[in-house]
Amino acid sequence: MEMPLPDQTVLARKAEIVALLRRVLPAGSVIDAPEETYAYECDALTAYRCPPLAVVLPETTEQVAAALKICHEQNVPVVPRGAGTSLAGGAMPTSDAVIIGIAKMNEVLETDYDNRIIRVQTGRTNLSVTGAVEENGFFYAPDPSSQLACAIAGNIAMNSGGAHCLKYGVTTNNLLGARLVTIEGDIIDVGGPYMDAGGLDLLALICGSEGQLGIVTEATLRILPKPEGARPILIGFDDNEVAGACVSDVIKAGILPVAIEFMDRICIRATEDFAGAGYPDCEALLIVEVEGSDAEIDAQLERISEIAQKHNPVELRQSQSAEESAKIWLGRKSAFGAMGQINDYMCLDGTIPVSQLPLVLRRISELSEEFGLKVGNVFHAGDGNMHPLILFDANKPGDLEKCEDLGAEILKLCVSVGGCLTGEHGVGVEKRELMTHQFSADDLDIQMAVKDVFDEKWLLNPAKVFPLSVSASRRGPQEVNR
Amino acid sequence: MIPKTEIEMAETIREAKSPIALHGGGSRGLSVHGDPIKTTGLNGITLYEPGSLTLVAQAGTPILDIEAALAAEGQRLAFEPMDSRGLTGSAGASTIGGVVAANNSGPRRVSVGACRDFLLGVRFIDGMGRAISNGGRVMKNVTGYDLAKLMAGSWGTLGVMTEVSLKVLPNPEMTGVLLLNGLDDQAAVAVMSKALGSPFEVTGAAHAPVGVDGHPVTMLRLEGFEESVTYRLDALRQHLASDAEQVIETSPDRTTAGWKWVRDVELFHGRKGNVWRVSVKPSDAPALVSRIENDAVLYDWGGGLIWLLCPEDEDVRSKMHGVQGHATLVRGEGHLLFHPEPTAIVKLSQGLRAKFDPRGLFNQGLMG
Ligand SMILES: Cc1cc2nc3c(=O)[nH]c(=O)nc-3n(C[C@H](O)[C@H](O)[C@H](O)COP(=O)(O)OP(=O)(O)OC[C@H]3O[C@@H](n4cnc5c(N)ncnc54)[C@H](O)[C@@H]3O)c2cc1C
Repeated sequence: MEMPLPDQTVLARKAEIVALLRRVLPAGSVIDAPEETYAYECDALTAYRCPPLAVVLPETTEQVAAALKICHEQNVPVVPRGAGTSLAGGAMPTSDAVIIGIAKMNEVLETDYDNRIIRVQTGRTNLSVTGAVEENGFFYAPDPSSQLACAIAGNIAMNSGGAHCLKYGVTTNNLLGARLVTIEGDIIDVGGPYMDAGGLDLLALICGSEGQLGIVTEATLRILPKPEGARPILIGFDDNEVAGACVSDVIKAGILPVAIEFMDRICIRATEDFAGAGYPDCEALLIVEVEGSDAEIDAQLERISEIAQKHNPVELRQSQSAEESAKIWLGRKSAFGAMGQINDYMCLDGTIPVSQLPLVLRRISELSEEFGLKVGNVFHAGDGNMHPLILFDANKPGDLEKCEDLGAEILKLCVSVGGCLTGEHGVGVEKRELMTHQFSADDLDIQMAVKDVFDEKWLLNPAKVFPLSVSASRRGPQEVNR
Repeated sequence: MIPKTEIEMAETIREAKSPIALHGGGSRGLSVHGDPIKTTGLNGITLYEPGSLTLVAQAGTPILDIEAALAAEGQRLAFEPMDSRGLTGSAGASTIGGVVAANNSGPRRVSVGACRDFLLGVRFIDGMGRAISNGGRVMKNVTGYDLAKLMAGSWGTLGVMTEVSLKVLPNPEMTGVLLLNGLDDQAAVAVMSKALGSPFEVTGAAHAPVGVDGHPVTMLRLEGFEESVTYRLDALRQHLASDAEQVIETSPDRTTAGWKWVRDVELFHGRKGNVWRVSVKPSDAPALVSRIENDAVLYDWGGGLIWLLCPEDEDVRSKMHGVQGHATLVRGEGHLLFHPEPTAIVKLSQGLRAKFDPRGLFNQGLMG
């Protein structure tokens, strides 16, 4: 993977830049010693890392603004950072970049149950947003698996999703307002505690912009009343195609499950060895969860059973209790860990139209054979968001490259059947060069024009999202100079 | 002009020498200065997969055709776009592109989201005449910036949409409405908040101080399978523990008519005055309304959306001091259509317009 060469003038002026930042920030909020910045060299895409120029950890929005103003004046690239759990390298720095992390800003600013909103500083972790309101019977719906660690800041930047987004939507559907600090250091409020935009929907642009348009320090989020209860059903099939058809039938029947999760044989076996959830040894397994009162849940699970029966399942297990639910979810929740026990893995994130599921699964297994690397599939089937896990050996020379090549082929396949490169993890550096497979030059140009408006000098996370060759002319002269 | 294909539309834009007024079906009755270009030549459903809950249609397709195609499969546009003709007094038939351009979202917005939340992707022609694609036809997509949602609610000021793809949802088996009679505005908004904050999945919460029968009425809608709706109607009633007189309505015709009445603001049809649409935090709504001189009012979205029928000289915005939100003039004269925005936002919005439409062709001056 390539990154642009660092700006030598910035590197040469490191001491001066750090001193300028220290002047406007509290003691201890600017760190530049290599042993202290070590933890900021990468995010969860750990295959790639680079020490940053410095790391700034402001305590207020005004301090974020002051730091950005200096970086803007000094032409220093900025990499915004939440909790660093991005799987796409979105928070990975370059050596000439200042990381601005909002982890210290994690307060709840306002909870308003009458209007069903919460306003938080964006360094707050996803799970602790729900934590702040659950005693009152509410929750924050988007639930990425990383929710214990990841910050609302990163969720907004990546427009993160989770297992429950089939019913409740992803971050952008649950975000009402944001306080954004621009690269010039202006503080602006976009949206607010009301349900639509008064002018152009700038909030929609900011959400999912991967830290390229500004730094978000506060967010107004929609909170929802907790359902009375939730229980899953587990359905095993001997054929992927049939499992796919069952998903379609459930959706068409008017049942709105909160989650429809899918696991293939490789994942089922791996999780059985690892967690012993008691899954049947079959080709494909679905976990469908529904919500409501006990009676409502029973009625919905009954409907789903009836639909599933028509597809000759090898197993059908309706949860009757909290323990049974936990057992059904146990395997799914430990799937990534289980695959990690077998080998290193790379997690892809393409989305496909649900109707293309059988075809795509077949093609993935063919590609897996061709490349000689095992691929397990565990994903959100209700919305077609695939998570193929490619197993490889990081210590074996050439294996990572082979894995990346296979990953690229699978993602191109997703695009070719009418899907996209990434459903929830973001483009970052990881899928940057594949963007030309999904977008034409004009499609990319107008997206980059949006960045031009917010960040004329292309200082915010400049080497992400867009293929380097495509963004080169906008990223300024530093690169062409060498 | 009525271009028949996306290519023709792109050519038309590329060759345009002077400002353009974009029209879908013309159901909004907007008056914009410029050479008229209609999207109605781009007509037809391109793809509909009920099992994937996705529909792709050319932007000029009449909304009625789309609703008919969906109904045939027992599905619908869950964001419940309003039919604005009765309100604006215009005659045209809405197109799906027009619905998206206005981010037209009805009562169900309060629970399932707005039009923009169901928009999976768009194709549009920008001001240079380039055909742009953004988003796609899948439910989860974070590949690149979300220009689709930006186009929703941009009222044709950034480009000409040629195709939209939408997430659709199944029709519920049953609709039940709990009606509470006689509540004042303050109490009604409190009841709606309590209902929307309950686990019983209220998909509509509206209040009319003067309802069809001339009395205050508060409406709470529940949808789903019959056994579930029946259970939740009762559970909700107990949860609210309201002293107000209560009626339960489950007749399909009457519940449909009742929510259409709210959706299309039928209360204002045929009446004189300016029509304002105000978006605020629900709990701010009653006090705000009490400060505004009005002839009629309807609260939707649990109070988050206020429809006001006002005398022509009433400036609703001047009454919004200290209230977060915005007011749009939907019908009338003498005021800007859209709420003036803070300078920093204006600067960004103008910056975007200059990039999307550098020659200033599209619907000039409509949004400011
Ligand atoms: C085990 C594991 C499971 C995961 N499961 C899921 C899942 O189920 N669903 C899902 O969607 N994702 C998942 N992820 C990915 C990741 O957790 C999300 O992308 C998350 O939202 C990143 O949040 P973060 O705070 O860690 O952001 P970071 O990694 O710190 O940053 C992510 C991006 O946001 C930008 N950014 C950070 N802060 C700001 C700010 N204040 N303003 C502007 N931009 C900012 C960064 O520049 C970067 O581009 C998973 C990751 C792991 C490691």
